[in-house]
Amino acid sequence: MNTAPTRDTIKRSLVGAPVPVNVSATNNVSTHTDNQQPTPITNPQSSIVIPNSVSPKSENHPNLSSENPTLSPQPLVPSETIHQSRITSLKEKIAQRVFASAALTSILCVALVCVFLIINAVPAIQTIGLWDFLTGTKWLPDQDQYGILPMIVGSFYVTGGAILIGVPIGVFAAVYLAYFCPSAIKRLIQPVITIASGVPSIIYGFFGLVVIVPWVQELFDTSGKGIITASILLAMMILPIVISVAQTSIEAVPQDYYEAALAVGASKERAVFWIILPAAKAGILAGIILGIGRAIGETMAVVMVIGNQAVMPANIFMGVRTLTANIVLEMGYAVDLHRDALIATALVLFVFILIINFLFSFIQNKSRSYQ
Amino acid sequence: MKLLNQTNASAGVSTAKTISKRAMALKILALIATVVTLALIGGMMIFILIKGVPFINQSLFEVQYNSENQSLFSSVVDTVLMTVIALSIAGILGIGAAIYLAEYTHSQSKLVVSIRYAFETLAGIPSIIYGLFGMLLFVVYFKMGYSLLAGSLTLAIMCLPLVMRTTEEALLAVPTSYREGSLALGAGRLRTIFQIVLPAANPGIVSGLLLGVGRIMGETAALIFTAGTVAALPASLFSSVRTLSVHMYVLASEGLYIDKAYATAVVLLALVAVINVASWLMSARLERKNYGSA
Repeated sequence: MNTAPTRDTIKRSLVGAPVPVNVSATNNVSTHTDNQQPTPITNPQSSIVIPNSVSPKSENHPNLSSENPTLSPQPLVPSETIHQSRITSLKEKIAQRVFASAALTSILCVALVCVFLIINAVPAIQTIGLWDFLTGTKWLPDQDQYGILPMIVGSFYVTGGAILIGVPIGVFAAVYLAYFCPSAIKRLIQPVITIASGVPSIIYGFFGLVVIVPWVQELFDTSGKGIITASILLAMMILPIVISVAQTSIEAVPQDYYEAALAVGASKERAVFWIILPAAKAGILAGIILGIGRAIGETMAVVMVIGNQAVMPANIFMGVRTLTANIVLEMGYAVDLHRDALIATALVLFVFILIINFLFSFIQNKSRSYQ
Repeated sequence: MKLLNQTNASAGVSTAKTISKRAMALKILALIATVVTLALIGGMMIFILIKGVPFINQSLFEVQYNSENQSLFSSVVDTVLMTVIALSIAGILGIGAAIYLAEYTHSQSKLVVSIRYAFETLAGIPSIIYGLFGMLLFVVYFKMGYSLLAGSLTLAIMCLPLVMRTTEEALLAVPTSYREGSLALGAGRLRTIFQIVLPAANPGIVSGLLLGVGRIMGETAALIFTAGTVAALPASLFSSVRTLSVHMYVLASEGLYIDKAYATAVVLLALVAVINVASWLMSARLERKNYGSA
């Protein structure tokens, strides 16, 4: 991301380099060399920069001249260089275009996702009416009633529950791993967290179904499937990501802060919780937002433990349905307006995700500008 | 704190004591949080292993799937095919994009910013939206039907940001002196990338690709509406397939073959664990490699 040091070091070493350098494709480098010592000979037409110490040394590397036609023991004649460097620079230019187009596919993909969701969803939203669609509390496809408010509320409850349970545990665990954990134990714990972040959501869902649902059933004497169950399960699922992001940002706080706190008489615990943790605030917040994004978008695990009734939740033990569950449950057989209403559900979810992504990059930029 | 104690002796001492009590309480909370995390995550893995391992037997791996044996053989083959196709596409595009961002662009031009933003957006899109998008674009619009190809293309887009990000990190971890040395010897930028930078970044790139494998293996929501759920060896790119995770989902939601679901979960968990640990070791190797030579 931050490439400034890279550029600087290239700049410095290019100038000190004892052999000629073809920088015809590296425009950003050649623009910087001008103000450095020793002053290189610059050919304005071909944008080739040759340091002063070039010619005598390049004789020692005869094999290089086949590689790079612009090399020659004599000072270069501009007209020749222009011709020969064009071949290399053409190759370089093509390569750059190829890499650039690979990068541009990302924009193409985002555009395609937006376009295909919007052209399928907008007609349905127009038929249903945007307000009725977003605030309607009845989802009855067989009676042509498509209100997704229960699903929106369901998604928020479940995500909120997961954050309430998962974030405190995750942040405290990250603090422990970063500052208090003996390194031998840390070496055992770290792989477990790595593996946990890769465990497929379907396995979490299965575990929720066969373990957490019966627990909740017994403890609270309910059906077992509901908001609380899904929240516990999602909290488990976001723990690895919250821990790893929080731990990284805690460890990124300069050691000086910690040492300074100790030097003025703070205990280790006080230094960690009153100095280090506040300093890592932005990074931890970014981790929480990542967790929210993951929780709100989770589908398969949630479907298995949430009960899936498309009704407004009255309490936290009730079975509800999330936006994601709504799509996956009915897409298999939906047709016509029903199908488009499901795609519109996905569009609403997509908008939430875009907002979350925006918040995430906003906070990341902010935390970067602190440092 | 010491200054406070000297000037305001008795009161100061008592504050100091309560504060350190609070600090100790927080430390104990941190310990509890770690234990709870381990108990939940480790407990889940151990539970699945204990319940599933006894049901791993030969019938699970029979070539022909039927309702008698619930064999996962065809699912494993389908998963491998899906992974190979999806990852070759995502690999080429993702590594190319990473090279562009890490080696060619140093500016914060509008184009670069929007490419980065596009990757961040792609990384945040939930898999169910990828599934719907894949259905709309590949299955319906390009008329591929529920097929191996439609599923692979969907997963390729899904893995693209992951591969791009890990590759870019690996490229940026290669010491600048390598590039300087290569450029100074007269190699062009392209040659520098392919002969110097990419080999040095290799473990990191492999690590990212392995993470992609893990992601593809574990994916369910994006595949139900793109690749379908037919448990058979694919006849062509356009046959419907069922990957291991989808197989697991079908077994678990049918609820008829819970034993088989446990056994499948063990196989899936083991595969994903091996791949994630391998990826982790690879990235550790990249770090060592570049520290050692920098």
